[in-house]
Amino acid sequence: MLDIRDLHVTIDGKKILHGINLRVNAGEVHAIMGPNASGKSTLAQVLAGRENYEVTQGEILFEGHDLLEMAPEERAREGIFLAFQYPVEIPGVNNIYFMKAALNAIREHRGEPELDALEFLQLVKDKARLVNLDEALLSRSVNEGFSGGEKKRNEILQMAVLEPKLAILDETDSGLDIDALKTVADGVNKLRSADRAIILVTHYQRLLNYVVPDYVHVLSGGRIVRSGDRTLALELEEKGYGWLEGGAPKRVAEGVRP
Amino acid sequence: MATVPHELDALVRREYQHGFVTPIESDTVPPGLNEDIIRLISAKKREPEFMLEWRLKAYRHWLTMKEPHWAHIHYPPVDYQAISYYSAPKSKQDRPRSLDEVDPELLRTYEKLGIPLREQEVLAGVAVDAVFDSVSVATTFKEKLAQLGIIFCSFSEAVQNHPDLVRRYLGSVVPYTDNFFATLNSAVFSDGSFVYVPKGVRCPMELSTYFRINAASTGQFERTLIIADEGSYVSYLEGCTAPMRDENQLHAAVVELIALEGATIKYSTVQNWYPGDEEGRGGIYNFVTKRGECRGANSKISWTQVETGSAITWKYPSVILRGDNAIGEFYSVALTTNRQQADTGTKMIHLGKNTRSTVVSKGIAAGHGQNAYRGLIKMTPSADNARNYTQCDSLLLGDKCGAHTFPYIEVKNPTAQAEHEATTSKIGEDQLFYCMQRGLSEEDAVSMIVNGFCKEVFRELPMEFAVEAQKLLGVSLEGSVG
Repeated sequence: MLDIRDLHVTIDGKKILHGINLRVNAGEVHAIMGPNASGKSTLAQVLAGRENYEVTQGEILFEGHDLLEMAPEERAREGIFLAFQYPVEIPGVNNIYFMKAALNAIREHRGEPELDALEFLQLVKDKARLVNLDEALLSRSVNEGFSGGEKKRNEILQMAVLEPKLAILDETDSGLDIDALKTVADGVNKLRSADRAIILVTHYQRLLNYVVPDYVHVLSGGRIVRSGDRTLALELEEKGYGWLEGGAPKRVAEGVRP
Repeated sequence: MATVPHELDALVRREYQHGFVTPIESDTVPPGLNEDIIRLISAKKREPEFMLEWRLKAYRHWLTMKEPHWAHIHYPPVDYQAISYYSAPKSKQDRPRSLDEVDPELLRTYEKLGIPLREQEVLAGVAVDAVFDSVSVATTFKEKLAQLGIIFCSFSEAVQNHPDLVRRYLGSVVPYTDNFFATLNSAVFSDGSFVYVPKGVRCPMELSTYFRINAASTGQFERTLIIADEGSYVSYLEGCTAPMRDENQLHAAVVELIALEGATIKYSTVQNWYPGDEEGRGGIYNFVTKRGECRGANSKISWTQVETGSAITWKYPSVILRGDNAIGEFYSVALTTNRQQADTGTKMIHLGKNTRSTVVSKGIAAGHGQNAYRGLIKMTPSADNARNYTQCDSLLLGDKCGAHTFPYIEVKNPTAQAEHEATTSKIGEDQLFYCMQRGLSEEDAVSMIVNGFCKEVFRELPMEFAVEAQKLLGVSLEGSVG
């Protein structure tokens, strides 16, 4: 589904990613871990099409198409979803209205009929139960006045509504207490499916106790320095990132399948 | 990397939708201003002597005044002698008596603007008075309103048919000495709308005036007078458009509202005069004086305005809260793009006890637009327990525009309270990216964010017009990014 080849990225002339290779297939859950400033969020932003990042080398294929040629909204309509690390507040814009506009933009792109208000309301209520989000938040402005946990759950709700092919969760666990973390993880698990790929970007191992990944990659200094299965995450928790940062990369993850 | 370049400073290229000119024969007086012109205007309108006297007093006073320059706007000097002060579509002898006599070209003009004047086609529940250049060309639903004793007609007709009401109330809120532009208007005003709602009557439909400037090199000086007698209610809406022309045109209107005891007047404006082109050529200079007086106890006046047009907007719809427990409200959205300038706001003058006022102002600046909020909250010594709440928010699109806030608060009564909140925000790349990441196009994202910003004001508009206003804002911002 997603094929990242030798990806080099700079921002404001500063090089962040130094040749990333990663393949993600439908049905897989990949965790991308790494210390602060290792380039994890950059990778997530580049996949979603944030404009101030410059790709200086390499390519990204999404379902065989050149992703870098696509505008952010095209990527979204093709099925790429980014759960933001810091979800944005949009005052005065009703949460349901926002999600309905987004879903209908995607449906239009797929040649499907728009959902009317009633159909959408039913859909969103069902999905809200799935992620255990208080229905009252549906009629508020997008993320405005939401607590940190509510914002993250609202991201997962949007993911459930938009049903992406590839979901990228950028530090969705950060700032959550254990109960909120479990709720979010539960929501993500319910959205795992054979035709959907998920990339979890996280600093900590603890999310992976609840959402068990198929693969774990460690990003450090803009490179994937180690890939493995979930035991790699546990090892990291025990030894810290210093363990990998110091030494030479043991297995550079070019299509690595442990 | 092939992402959409959405630099927010990219300028607004907007198409003005109402820029056509109606080819129609006009009766236009020669440019220039002197007592003879004023006598001519008054004679054309067959006005009673008191009107001519009032106009001449205003003109003589105007000669002693200077154009004000305290507002945050810049424009080359206006040559008041180069303007024609009266232009009317040439019709057979007199004004048309019914719609069947209205020039079909005029009816087509209003249809093009989406304002059908034939009653069977009219939006249910809206009565329209159409003012074309200097005169009112048609008023709909007159008879139906008359059954309730409501007078809704052109100002000229009111002068002929209801001279006592005109004499009693004209200039009682905005005196002819008030300010440079209002005084000029008092001398030369040509037409406008007149409304009287009798005691205890709730006007069953929206009353609406649609102003259209068509002729070149003319000014439009209309005068609106609305009187809501004790315990009555009326909701009134005005809309405005003009053709695209390279020269600037002056529009100096005066609106006076009088609410007697227990009466409510709701006045909504959707102003979309031609704003000029991208370089700032042409466009309407909109110097307008709007003021209402809550004369009786428990009365209420509410102004709602959506200002998207004009090269320059200079207007401060105000409320004098004279009666005890009176309520004044001002809800405003002002959008400036390209080279547009707006200096707008309100004055809430609290005289009565327990008077309350609410001010919600939303300024949006894009392109090289300059947007200023200017407001006065005055609590006089007699205004025991008066309250004001003011909120003014500015939204900037791009980095060549400006937003300014000039609040004046004078509290001379220790029991009175005024609250002021102000915010300025930039439409964020973050907000846009968030929307686009969810599949929305950039333009839909901007329009959604801006509409969200204006929501508190839009919900004050009558429903039919709220939809209109949202569309207008969408059109005005088309191409403002990208």
